[in-house]
Amino acid sequence: MAFRRLFFGPEVPLSHMPADFNWAIGGEAGDGIDSTGKIFAQALSRAGRHVFTSKDFASRIRGGYTAYKVRTAVDPVQSVVDRLDVLIALTPRTIEENLDELHEGSVIIYDGERTTMENVEIPEGMIGLDVPLKRLAEEAGGAIMRNVVALGAACEVSDFPIENLDSALEKRFGSKGQSLVDNNKEAARAGRDYVAAEYGHEFEYELETTDSDYVLLNGDEAIGMGAIAAGCKFYAGYPITPATDVMEYLTGRIEQFGGHVVQAEDELSAINIALGAARAGARSMTATSGPGIDLMAETFGLVATSETPLVVVDVMRSGPSTGMPTKQEQGDLNMMLYGGHGEIPRFVLGPTSISECFWKTVEAFNLAEKYQTPVYIAADLAMAVTEQTFPPEAFDMDEVEIDRGKVVDEESIGEWQNEKGQFKPHALTEDGVSPRAFPGTDGGVHMSTGLEHDELGRRTEDTEMRVEQVDKRARKVETARAEEDLSPREFGDEDSENLVISWGSNEGAMTEAIQFLDEEGIDVRFLSVPYLFPRPDLTEAVETAENVVVVECNATGQFADVVEHDTLSRVDRVNKYDGVRFKADELAGEIKAALQEADQ
Amino acid sequence: MSSDVRFTDFKSDKQPTWCPGCGDFGTMNGMMKALAETGNDPDNTFIVAGIGCSGKIGTYMRSYALHGVHGRALPVGTGVKLANPDLEVMVAGGDGDGYSIGAGHFVHAVRRNVDMTYIVMDNRIYGLTKGQASPTSRSDFETSTTPEGPQQPPVNPLALALASGATFIAQSFSTDAQRHAEIVREAIEHDGFGFVNVFSPCVTFNDVDTYDYFRDNLVDVAEEGHDPTDYDAAKNKILDASKEYQGVIWQSEKSIPYGEKHGLDTNTSEIDEGAPEGAMDLVREFY
Repeated sequence: MAFRRLFFGPEVPLSHMPADFNWAIGGEAGDGIDSTGKIFAQALSRAGRHVFTSKDFASRIRGGYTAYKVRTAVDPVQSVVDRLDVLIALTPRTIEENLDELHEGSVIIYDGERTTMENVEIPEGMIGLDVPLKRLAEEAGGAIMRNVVALGAACEVSDFPIENLDSALEKRFGSKGQSLVDNNKEAARAGRDYVAAEYGHEFEYELETTDSDYVLLNGDEAIGMGAIAAGCKFYAGYPITPATDVMEYLTGRIEQFGGHVVQAEDELSAINIALGAARAGARSMTATSGPGIDLMAETFGLVATSETPLVVVDVMRSGPSTGMPTKQEQGDLNMMLYGGHGEIPRFVLGPTSISECFWKTVEAFNLAEKYQTPVYIAADLAMAVTEQTFPPEAFDMDEVEIDRGKVVDEESIGEWQNEKGQFKPHALTEDGVSPRAFPGTDGGVHMSTGLEHDELGRRTEDTEMRVEQVDKRARKVETARAEEDLSPREFGDEDSENLVISWGSNEGAMTEAIQFLDEEGIDVRFLSVPYLFPRPDLTEAVETAENVVVVECNATGQFADVVEHDTLSRVDRVNKYDGVRFKADELAGEIKAALQEADQ
Repeated sequence: MSSDVRFTDFKSDKQPTWCPGCGDFGTMNGMMKALAETGNDPDNTFIVAGIGCSGKIGTYMRSYALHGVHGRALPVGTGVKLANPDLEVMVAGGDGDGYSIGAGHFVHAVRRNVDMTYIVMDNRIYGLTKGQASPTSRSDFETSTTPEGPQQPPVNPLALALASGATFIAQSFSTDAQRHAEIVREAIEHDGFGFVNVFSPCVTFNDVDTYDYFRDNLVDVAEEGHDPTDYDAAKNKILDASKEYQGVIWQSEKSIPYGEKHGLDTNTSEIDEGAPEGAMDLVREFY
């Protein structure tokens, strides 16, 4: 198997210019990059354009390079590409960091009056717009509005009516008073007018607006919203990049729906607090990233043997150890599939897009309660901190279904008691699922334990009961395989002999890569797998394909291993582990190269 | 909840496997008595047990219970109580569970002040693994893993609790049945985190901190006219290493339990059959 170096050459011609526009603002962490970028993204979204954002950021509060990038089009966009049309550069490093993405005709907006930018060199062929951002901001009411002046300048460059920016500024600053909103509007106009007056250049971009209404959210927010939609009433967590947004989203919102968030002292505690709430009958969740998953692994087996429904979100980042906390990776798959000592039945769901983060979270709660098992949601940084536009119907709350599984009450509990009237929380059943009595239910008194136990939940080392309980728990997975629809999501040409398989956030880049490949005369069938365990049987798809390529953001090909194991076939691998997500055009080049290599 | 609940209703039909004479028998009896006397019944009681000899208590008592992972009993109890405030939650474990592997959780559970009771069966030894030093073992206590003694001062759990902002600190002796039950009862009735360190001697592996030792050295603070709401008096008792004290040593009159501060007064196990009403507002927020 070949491990492929990334950064492909010019195989896919850059002359391919879809009707998209790529914009970024970059500077030092602490420069307000994030909120400025968000305002622009929001303005585009409110103007009926589709938006896909991405962030290059460092975990330092101040001092590191950081950028917020926006790709926008009238049609849906779900990936980033290797191209930047307009860049607001607050530091010289911002230009250096983006040299590969800038092209002839790219516009760079900068403030030449800023000491560090005085002698900045604009690369040949690009258009440098020297705009006194700080001075104009001061004239409008305060230097702090410097970035908003730059947004105004960007509006002029991209022929984007500045009124669209107004509504985003109102959303951002409205709660702080109308005068602040007005000052910001004025600052934006100052930037626009300066560019118009000083440059009077005919720029090639024109950002058309539409009447559509979109919502703009990231994967962490979608997970949090999915949890509330699913009736989650309890969240316990410990802050960690890039999962903190889940906790921050829920805080202040889940309370409005009768829920509560606890900030625990560590992840060991977080999962146990969440477990306690689940034992009490609440729909309960925790979210973390790799280092937290390591700690939570301690309790994962207890969740499974005590048959407690619990949703555990892993927003993956680069590992091992502290790794690269703000960088993309899908390196925790093996941990989620196999982590924890002993043999633990579980579900591992891998949402493949931001909207799927919502729906898979809803499903995770249903599966957790239906099968009384821990459920992992395998999300990754690239989807967690990325915002994307969707029509609001993509999150239609009327479509949310709740399945609480085999919950018994005072009336039905008799069926599940032994001759002494003792409730059997681990009753041996055909489908492997036992009845569940919430504490407080009369006649349901029972204990459960991480020790091997009998049907009553009491410790046993009886060889027969041990085997029966292990088999019972394993049967839940078999039942799920039979009852649940675990199908992969299918894209591209279903008759193609070229099969691409991936999981997680790569779906967006891959679906766009299909279009790039199509222009090169290459057809592919693409299966995006959202159920990682139990998972669909891909044997037939793999066997009928001539070439099979598994795409993922890790070095060893953890999912490729799984596919090979399941299908008893060898596959080719495209792996990326430099900390940066796949870009659509880059991925197309990689797939093309892999297919060419396979044909030789 | 019925008034005719007797403490034996909290006893399961499983016979304890503790060594004959183990202090945990008395500790458990007092817990059952206190639960019955405070108007609880097994259907509304949740016991969370740690790992170790003491952790077996969930099996020997009759109530809703979870026997969890070593050291994490307090977080579990926290989740149970906050998710369903109607339940009476009692967490029980040993000195290893609470002050060694779970010491971090102890500090933060104390700070959080969730309205539950924490019983630590402190025998100053690891009994289940057959006699190694525990965090409360004396510094010269010779064991299989510490042939010359731990050579470290023992943890003072009461001081650790006080320094963490405890609102209720008590200590009892498992064999003084009446006083022990009374003290646990006060811990249950306390509005907040009721912490009781119980001297619960190990007759098999600890020949130093024995029944006789505690009988000879125990001083009941109630008999000394101690005022548990007097912080300085409590602090002096807690830091006095020359005696072993029994009784309620510190009780804050200003305790507001976590649930009350955060308005948690509902059993959250009931949910809607679809997305909750108003959930579409969450989507609109992203416009």
